[in-house]
Amino acid sequence: MNPEQVLFFVFGLIALAGAISVISFRHPIYSALALIITFFAQAGLFVLLGAHFVAAAQVIVYAGAIMVLFLFVIMLLNLGRRDPGSAAGRGKWKGIAVILGILFAAEGIYIAVNALSDNTAVASAQPAAESVTTYDIGTLLFSKYLLPFEVTSLILLAALIGVIVLVKRERPRTISRIRISITRD
Amino acid sequence: MGDLPLNVLLLSSAVKILVIAHLLIIGVMAMIWAERRVSGWMQDRLGPNRVGFQGILQPIADGIKFLLKEDLIPNHVDKPLYVLAPAMLLIPAMITVAVVPFGSAIEIAGYTIPMQIAPGLNIGVLYILAITSLGVYGVVLGAWASNNKYSLLGGLRSSAQMISYELTLGLAIIGVLMLSSSLRLEDIAKEQGAYPWQWNFLIHLPAFLAFTTAMFAETNRLPFDLAEAEQELVAGYHTEYSSMKFAMFFMAEYMNMIVGSAVTVTLFLGGWHFFGLENVGGPVWSGLISFAIFFAKTALFLFIFIWVRWTLPRFRYDQLMNLGWKFLLPVALSSIVVTGLLWVTTDGNRLIIGIGNVVVAFIVVAVVGGLLVMNKVPEASGPKIAGLDELESEVS
Repeated sequence: MNPEQVLFFVFGLIALAGAISVISFRHPIYSALALIITFFAQAGLFVLLGAHFVAAAQVIVYAGAIMVLFLFVIMLLNLGRRDPGSAAGRGKWKGIAVILGILFAAEGIYIAVNALSDNTAVASAQPAAESVTTYDIGTLLFSKYLLPFEVTSLILLAALIGVIVLVKRERPRTISRIRISITRD
Repeated sequence: MGDLPLNVLLLSSAVKILVIAHLLIIGVMAMIWAERRVSGWMQDRLGPNRVGFQGILQPIADGIKFLLKEDLIPNHVDKPLYVLAPAMLLIPAMITVAVVPFGSAIEIAGYTIPMQIAPGLNIGVLYILAITSLGVYGVVLGAWASNNKYSLLGGLRSSAQMISYELTLGLAIIGVLMLSSSLRLEDIAKEQGAYPWQWNFLIHLPAFLAFTTAMFAETNRLPFDLAEAEQELVAGYHTEYSSMKFAMFFMAEYMNMIVGSAVTVTLFLGGWHFFGLENVGGPVWSGLISFAIFFAKTALFLFIFIWVRWTLPRFRYDQLMNLGWKFLLPVALSSIVVTGLLWVTTDGNRLIIGIGNVVVAFIVVAVVGGLLVMNKVPEASGPKIAGLDELESEVS
């Protein structure tokens, strides 16, 4: 095994262990931390593929921003260690979980069998000979994928404005004027 | 660097990592000493001057004291996270330094060795942004695990501040990246000329000021140390910490300052350039001289850190948020637009870009300031009068 393969297994195992920990920890804060570890391991896998920019984006966006918000929500809602619902409710979820689990496992087995029988898939999974630079990504974003890029930014902007509109409390102007006159007296 | 044989690469990397890691820790000790002595000097008192020459061994005495103190873990804390939090703050502070170029390059035994732990990383600046964005976890988790209201409030303040100013930090350097057309820190340092007027801080003056201010906020230094406002919060997120864990929080803070200064020097203050002095002497000497220049610049910037601390009073929370979101962020955004536009229209004329940046930044600040004054809601300030809400509902 060359060093890259060793690193692949190291990062892959960390990612798997983190993912399992997310659902097995009882406390939501620990689950969130385990998810961060998974993101890090994924960033490591991206680096092995030569996709440095994607790795950095993964850490900046997911580990650095989104998970901080998750932590805030967990902390502010004070979601402590508690039982995951009553036995009856758990039974209902169990059915859905089993169905989804079977579907997911089938997908995984299908992909694995396909990949093992098809040598080109294995070849394409080899680390890229030359790493994709930020320059390449920028060029693609502003030429071939310009429209999707702009549309995405518009969607994000709309979401931002929507949040501000929902959260901001606009007080009627008259009341504030009345208050000035009251406080002056 | 592909042109070095593997054994040379491994050996040189090991030496660089050892030297830089130790320099960081010695730098932290030097900063603790400098902070106390310089603050003493600025306040017309002595500061610690008993242990060793001019008190230079004081940090070692402090360290021994911290190590020998009882490592107290309160009963009400969340133990694993409580123990983990200081390390989660310290480790990002230490590993950020991997992409900072400390000098041009040094030639030893025929091999040209770049003075950087991870040379040629094509996402250099993004790596720094990614790693610094992780520091917030140490603060949040330390605060939460302490299970203490003051700690939690301090941690929330601090993390809100870090998240807000991170945006400015990232946006302010985009103008610099445009002109150097590279994310590699060594390219950015190389691209700036030998003389101060060729350095980025003049070309991107508003962005430089926004970046520096944001960095002060990121490192939780005064005037942005609301997280540890003693009058309000006891000591903020490290209220419950004692002994070496407490010291680790402080080491992380000082290490963040050192690394932040080094990054600022690289991005804005010309890196290792200084009036062509870095090219004096042979390939060995020029490497060492460039390292010394970089070191001196970083030290000067750290002195400014201390200077600011004892000059400016602490911001109020709403002032902090106003400054970050309503002034620094628009200024950083304007610098992107102006630099981009002028770069295309004037074919990269540095003088015009520099002037344009300053002019537009002034306009932005004036417009934002004007809007703030016009839209100022009088009820936001001033004491609240009891029973006013009932009165209001009656009137309306």
